[in-house]
Amino acid sequence: MNFLIRAKLTVSNLFHAFFHKKKSKIGIYGPPNAGKTTLANRIVRDWTGDAIGPVSEIPHETRRARRKENITISGSNGNSITIDIVDTPGVTTKIDYNEFLEYGLEKDEAVIRAREATEGVAEAMHWLRDDIDGVIYMLDSTQDPFMQVNIMMIGIIESRKLPVVIVANKIDLPDAAPQRIRSAFPQHPVVPISGMEGDNIEMLYEKMAETFR
Amino acid sequence: MIQGVQIDFLSAERMDRLTMMEKIRLILDDVREGNIVVLEKGLAPDEQSKLIEVTMMEIKPDGFSGIELETYPVKGGDGFGGFFSKLVGKKAESRLTVIGPANQLKTIKKDENLIRAWVSSR
Repeated sequence: MNFLIRAKLTVSNLFHAFFHKKKSKIGIYGPPNAGKTTLANRIVRDWTGDAIGPVSEIPHETRRARRKENITISGSNGNSITIDIVDTPGVTTKIDYNEFLEYGLEKDEAVIRAREATEGVAEAMHWLRDDIDGVIYMLDSTQDPFMQVNIMMIGIIESRKLPVVIVANKIDLPDAAPQRIRSAFPQHPVVPISGMEGDNIEMLYEKMAETFR
Repeated sequence: MIQGVQIDFLSAERMDRLTMMEKIRLILDDVREGNIVVLEKGLAPDEQSKLIEVTMMEIKPDGFSGIELETYPVKGGDGFGGFFSKLVGKKAESRLTVIGPANQLKTIKKDENLIRAWVSSR
């Protein structure tokens, strides 16, 4: 009898190993203030009715990677994916608390924010090396896409062979130039959106369903 | 004594002999002393990732505030990621890289073949 139960469990495990698709963790990466949390909130709200974290005009509002599990996204072409969304702190090579004083923060508050931000960036890089299966790389389309941090991050993502969708955000602003982002990274799909207004968000869901299958 | 900023030019041969952490330690120790480091050949993506992580861990209020790093875009002539190079299986080579303290090194202009930077002494 025990033999039969064990055999049944083994067959079940094998079936699971062969046919159960691992749920992907999709990280939203990019420089500070590109609109990562705004997009994460929109995705999570659109598909679960929930939210992931607060947003602010002060850089480094997100200082811990935050994960929202089991989000099923469907494209209009019938593709459907279930993913975990990981909102990450903005990646940079420098953080100076004096920058936060310009936004009216007290020194103590600014020092704490800077310390937490440094920990958050280190954590985000760690996630990228070990725990992320795909990347939405967010860029502010009013800014220069050739910033060194973008070139480094895209190189790191490519070296890890992770599927990536580049999002040219803030197209609702007058200075937006998403075509600059397309010409900077022609090897990757680029979707121009406004995370704030929701422009082209359906196009992004379609591209996500196609890229992260 | 002449006032100025020390610039260390590190050859590809010297860097190739080091492990990832030895490279990162060499760069960060040098930069934290206020020096500018010029690498003949840039760091690999994994090394860049680790460099960002270790840099973050060493930032202190009113002390080290991080690094400024500039490198020429990867060669290929077909966009920054080198789509054609990938298509033909050619591995992208990182190029000359300049690294310095964030509060002393400022990039003024950069394109495919020019990095123009301004350096201040401490």
